[in-house]
Amino acid sequence: MAATQEEIVAGLAEIVNEIAGIPTEDVKVDKSFTDDLDVDSLSMVEVVVAAEERFDVKIPDDDVKNLKTVGDATDYILKHQS
Amino acid sequence: MTSKIKPSKGAPYARIMGVGGYRPTRVVPNEEILKHIDSSDEWIRSRSGIATRHWAGPEETVATMSVEASGKAIADAGITPEQIGAVIVSTVSHFKQTPAVATEIAHRIGAGKPAAFDISAGCAGFGYGLTLAKGLVTEGSAEYVLVIGVERLSDLTDLEDRATAFLFGDGAGAVIVGPAKQPAIGPTVWGSEGDKSETIKQTLGWDVYRTIPLPGGDGPEERPALEEIRFPAITQEGQAVFRWAVFEMAKVAQQALDAAGVSPDDLDVFIPHQANMRIIDSMVKTLKLPESVTVARDVETTGNTSAASIPLAMERLLATGQAKSGDTALVIGFGAGLVYAATVVTLP
Repeated sequence: MAATQEEIVAGLAEIVNEIAGIPTEDVKVDKSFTDDLDVDSLSMVEVVVAAEERFDVKIPDDDVKNLKTVGDATDYILKHQS
Repeated sequence: MTSKIKPSKGAPYARIMGVGGYRPTRVVPNEEILKHIDSSDEWIRSRSGIATRHWAGPEETVATMSVEASGKAIADAGITPEQIGAVIVSTVSHFKQTPAVATEIAHRIGAGKPAAFDISAGCAGFGYGLTLAKGLVTEGSAEYVLVIGVERLSDLTDLEDRATAFLFGDGAGAVIVGPAKQPAIGPTVWGSEGDKSETIKQTLGWDVYRTIPLPGGDGPEERPALEEIRFPAITQEGQAVFRWAVFEMAKVAQQALDAAGVSPDDLDVFIPHQANMRIIDSMVKTLKLPESVTVARDVETTGNTSAASIPLAMERLLATGQAKSGDTALVIGFGAGLVYAATVVTLP
């Protein structure tokens, strides 16, 4: 069953917490992964791979660079999850 | 009808008998890299784990570094150079396509007339060479094989590219592969993914220089002048490489363990290609290696030396006592091609 927007944000928060050690409550839709959450380009790849597994979605390398904020990633997953 | 051809006769198994390394004398700290790029020591360390690397001087050529490393490997193996039946050199930074640098190295170490050739398999080159060597020893074409991984990647580094200027280092690593009574080099899991050939590459082919008009000669208008051509460098798509290296290569590493019948708990040492500390850390996490496994982290002071990185790291682990002779080690190389090779070995 497809995840809702809330579930995706909560899931991303857990992933970002696991990978970058950022408190889950700081992970909000308007936050930038790089500027606000200290997720660098390599950690972003780990976040993406974890999100792919969790939400059963494929996020190709070419699309990763467009996912600037938690909201971008949430929208992408909402649109592409199977 | 029976064949008229006698079969060749090799050893039942092969093993790594000795290892040697050579690191150029000049140590280059991040501060020196920062003269050419807008970055910081902290940024470089956090993205790569690299603090220093060795860069070769004019006298430290691909051949001379290889001769030094080979001498140590031969002594470590307890054989003489004359016993070597084949010399395999993996490099991407020897700037003459022909003759192979392997022949010069074979001659300079006093090996007589062994088979000698170069291979090109990027950062997987050591594993490719090791696999060939194992085949030669068990098939009978050579009793002892010298396998060398050697690079002068400083020559292929774009000092003004902030994504790669700090990554690469120079050096040579060598092993002697010889006969064994029991398995000491497991099945190799290897392959290539040519659809990703653009992911890590040399920016220009050497033939770009052919477009330069000869002095006084006529040439097409579009020919670039020599000063317009930047010397070729290695470039990569960082995120794509990271994803492939961590997640796809962890699967290959697991396959190599399975093929050798070795569980992570039986493993003593993990020696991945020293590409980047972040890749190494994430691979260890993805593979769920137990804490008892010693992990090579030579990249911190050696940088990424491509084909040389695994034997260099192996030598250092043994020399510092972090690993010991007889330990079971998983080695995996991966890089431009994309190509990869993983196997489980008994350390010499």
